[in-house]
Amino acid sequence: MIDSFILLTNQISKYIIPFLLVGIPFYGLIFKKIKVYESFVDGAKDGFDIAVRIMPYLVAILVAIGMFRASGAMELFISLISPFLNAIGFPPENVPLAIMRPLSGSGSLGLFTDLVNEYGTDSLFTKIGATMFGSTETTFYVLAVYFGSVGIRKSRHALIAGLIADAVGVIAAVYICKIIFI
Amino acid sequence: MLNYIWFGLILISVVVGTITGRIDQVTEAAISMSKTSVEIAIGLIGIMALWLGIMKIAEESGLINIIARLIRPITIKLFPDVPSDHPAIGSIVLNMAANMLGLGNAATPLGLKAMKQLQSLNKQKDTATDAMCTFLAINTSSVQIILPATVVGLMGASSSQIFITTIFATSLSTVAAIVSVKMLSKMDRFKLDNSKELT
Repeated sequence: MIDSFILLTNQISKYIIPFLLVGIPFYGLIFKKIKVYESFVDGAKDGFDIAVRIMPYLVAILVAIGMFRASGAMELFISLISPFLNAIGFPPENVPLAIMRPLSGSGSLGLFTDLVNEYGTDSLFTKIGATMFGSTETTFYVLAVYFGSVGIRKSRHALIAGLIADAVGVIAAVYICKIIFI
Repeated sequence: MLNYIWFGLILISVVVGTITGRIDQVTEAAISMSKTSVEIAIGLIGIMALWLGIMKIAEESGLINIIARLIRPITIKLFPDVPSDHPAIGSIVLNMAANMLGLGNAATPLGLKAMKQLQSLNKQKDTATDAMCTFLAINTSSVQIILPATVVGLMGASSSQIFITTIFATSLSTVAAIVSVKMLSKMDRFKLDNSKELT
């Protein structure tokens, strides 16, 4: 059962990007009469802006984590936490991202970039990291901005619920990737 | 918080590097990683341009509105204390739809508008209502169908595999957010104190 399910998801995932690349312009052009070429170019311009905007954050995080790794502190950190984490099957390599994710969007983007840089896009750690990135949010930041914008000071149970959701997202990312990619 | 984590990483690196005798490698890593960061960012431009271009077409052809219409019936059930024809519901569903499509820039203004409209229903202006907590719990659990452009840029062609795993993980985290926010709101610690309503 599980095997055929994995086979099916692998088949589907092959078509996701081609489907989006053809489906979205098709819908825009045929049904909505959008000038799809102009829209595309207009949106594509932002690619450069975003790359320039994230650059200082990437330098800050990748330098810090790169030093941490080169000094041997990362090995030490991983060997300290792995006895506990191995028992539940959680890869220690994904711990920094899991901790950073609710705190900072740019920080967690930096740590995810570090996974891609260190292990490559085909490694399980990177795939788990990418899934974590998509299934959790920068809870502290979102709550501060949204509640701050209307002057709410007593946030009641919003923070705890948000952090529970983050924890579930992080743990789900690990086990779902392990089921599908191993 | 981030300030301490960032400084802590650098401090620990220098201290541990000194003890382990790897201080040369630490210096080397600092220099080479700053160079690598910029190379990575530059390398992202192409794929992100492709992705943001396609998603711009999605945005302009009103895909957000279609998703919003689909999730509206569920959303009304999740916010029992907001009248179903209240404008806040409209902003909430649009915000969630934009988040689902990974359109963060479009989502934030809609979300702030939703908060303002929810605040107009609030009787204690400094305290979050159940509806606000539910909205933000769902928002911070990240309901995502389409990956953010940065993740697609970094993962390249491998991102196709991440779409499926993300949908599973994000669904679980959203369900967890809804269940926990509903359960927590009934706990004595978090219950709204209605006696203060008149002050």
